[in-house]
Amino acid sequence: MNSLRAVLDRPVPATALVVALLAVTAYAVSHYPRSIVAFMLFQSSILLLYFARMPGWLKALITAGALGGLMPILGSINAYYLEIAIQVGIFVALALGLNIVVGLAGLLDLGYVAFFAVGAYSWAIFGSPQANQIFGGGFFPLSGAWFFVFLLVGVGMAAGAGILLGLPVLRLHGDYLAIVTLGFGEVIRVLANNLDKPINFTNGPKGITPIARPPIFFDPVLRAMGIDASPNVVYPLYLYFLVLVIVGVTVLVNRRLEDSHVGRAWEAIREDQTAAQAMGVPLVRMKLMAFACGASFAGAVGVLFSAKQIFINPESFTFMESIGVLAMVILGGMGSIPGAILGATVVTVLNLQVLKGLSLWLNELRNAGVEIFGYSLANLPTQLEPAKYERMVFGLILVLMMIFRPQGILPAKRRRRELGESES
Amino acid sequence: MDFPLLLGIFPQVLLDGIILGFMYALIALGYTMVYGVLEFINFAHSEIFIVGAFVGVEILMGLKSAGLLESLPWVLVLLLILVAGMAASGALAVLVERAAYRPLRHAPRLIPLISAIGVSFFLQDAIRLFESIWNNAFNLVYPTMDPLNRRFELTETIDVSVKSLVVIVAALLMLWALHVVVNRTRIGTAIRAVAEDQAAASLMGINVNRIISLTFLIGGGMGGAAGVLFGVQYGLINPYTGFIPGLKAFTAAVLGGIGNIPGAMMGGLVLGLLEAFAASYLSLLTGGAFGAEYKDIFAFAILILILIFRPKGLLGEIVRERA
Repeated sequence: MNSLRAVLDRPVPATALVVALLAVTAYAVSHYPRSIVAFMLFQSSILLLYFARMPGWLKALITAGALGGLMPILGSINAYYLEIAIQVGIFVALALGLNIVVGLAGLLDLGYVAFFAVGAYSWAIFGSPQANQIFGGGFFPLSGAWFFVFLLVGVGMAAGAGILLGLPVLRLHGDYLAIVTLGFGEVIRVLANNLDKPINFTNGPKGITPIARPPIFFDPVLRAMGIDASPNVVYPLYLYFLVLVIVGVTVLVNRRLEDSHVGRAWEAIREDQTAAQAMGVPLVRMKLMAFACGASFAGAVGVLFSAKQIFINPESFTFMESIGVLAMVILGGMGSIPGAILGATVVTVLNLQVLKGLSLWLNELRNAGVEIFGYSLANLPTQLEPAKYERMVFGLILVLMMIFRPQGILPAKRRRRELGESES
Repeated sequence: MDFPLLLGIFPQVLLDGIILGFMYALIALGYTMVYGVLEFINFAHSEIFIVGAFVGVEILMGLKSAGLLESLPWVLVLLLILVAGMAASGALAVLVERAAYRPLRHAPRLIPLISAIGVSFFLQDAIRLFESIWNNAFNLVYPTMDPLNRRFELTETIDVSVKSLVVIVAALLMLWALHVVVNRTRIGTAIRAVAEDQAAASLMGINVNRIISLTFLIGGGMGGAAGVLFGVQYGLINPYTGFIPGLKAFTAAVLGGIGNIPGAMMGGLVLGLLEAFAASYLSLLTGGAFGAEYKDIFAFAILILILIFRPKGLLGEIVRERA
């Protein structure tokens, strides 16, 4: 471990190592497109890139090359990897949004997925024939180009919902706040489930489909370049880059916020509300802003999510999702931007790759009738599906992190200073 | 509006509400006792509650396959599953406190809460894992016991089943026993002392850790009994069933004034009645526009309103804020 540290601390060997690793792992993925291990090694080399010490512009360049160049190429070899990357991106943006509320402002929000739902439903209703049921006539669905407008509408709607939630709970702190936000999340889900009557807003548990997708506006360019890409190939890549842009903007906004006077005010409220107020921090405005800011990211991603899925129903917005995002923030470290990114990636990969991979593997063993110590695996209970144990993963992460490392894997700088760890 | 119908179902709705209310009251005790002592929401209590239901169903299924379910007297069977469910849930609650809460007792307030949420999620899937391996099914149905399903007709439209009476009687007995233990015994005095001031209690020679474990044992046991009664009354359970009743029972505890034992009982009853009436009357009164599903919103709306306007709850225990 220490020798790795030593290599990473010197810019030239570090750059060489990271580039070499990226190249090797990318080559491995392209050669063994079905190997989960190869893809996870590729992801780890991107993580290593973060730890390597090198000039900022170089790091940005390599990151852009890996995420903007290598990843799409690997994704066109195995489309599932692109799906994973898109999901990771969505959860990174969600985790960064929740990080503002929980990590910076210290307000434990257990209903965060509600804002995601607000964003998703705001595009789903208008981007599908569903809106005709509300307003009558045949104006809807809106054409795909409106998607970009609705990214902003989604941000606005979610921020509004954030303020709506924030206003009544301003006086509550700690665990009471947590329970009320949990209730709010459930209320939004129950509403989505039941607002198919008296006026059909959400189509109830049946969900809304088909939801329009953003148009491929660069299609003529592709044609001019002689690439005749069918929508089936182009769309995943297109969505991937959209997610990448949203995540990029989110990271940028978060970094600017963190050291602004707003971010400092949030941290002051988190540490000691009374002291912060005495220093002239406007509590009401700052808390509402935290809720609105955190929610707005979820709103934007929600719009994207509904366009990606084409179909949404209330099942996608359960309490489990809220806790999943919370587990990501906690795993990475509350208040830490790189932590939220790392946490979201690790948890999503655990769920989509490791658990699903285990399920597939177990099924193969079962079908092959492999025996271990005289016990035929064909006799294994059929209900035993590792892919379904997401909650156990979330639960273990939460409990173990709280007991052994409450500051997270990549603690926030300020917290690291408080805890007196050596600057790394 | 169909007034005869509205009036006609009233007694039945009242009865359903009372049964539901006692169930909530029993679960709420677990939340309120732990909160009274540690000022901490034991989020995993909903799973501790449903574990009781699973222990009950396992024993009943075991008896059934052994052919004993019909031959043994039903009172004995019922007592057996109640005691076993209480023991299992109580032990689990103590174990959870030991493993996941005690190391965090002096951490900032949100830390144990997050740990408790983690325990809750972990337990849900742990039950699922166990039942998947053991039974190859995790949606389980309580085997029917004929004597329990017998119904008394009070009038033409109202009837009471034996199991409903059992739920009410068992809940009343347990609430009374708890009242006696907390208010009339030395152990109860110690629990109240620890709730009042841990440091002072320990100076008076009370073993605080033991009392906290005991609190979890009693609260978990009540939850386990509620779980068994829940299974007997409603029949179908799965590892995720406990979550919503748990949340509502917490609402009941807050409604009555969290940390306050009679408050939890009253809050449970009030919430159960409100919910039963919302479930039956909402759709009738609005001509079907709002269905029974909105009863969940009802419970949460009450929770939010109480917390905002009267955080002390109906019976007014003072809630100390320690952010």
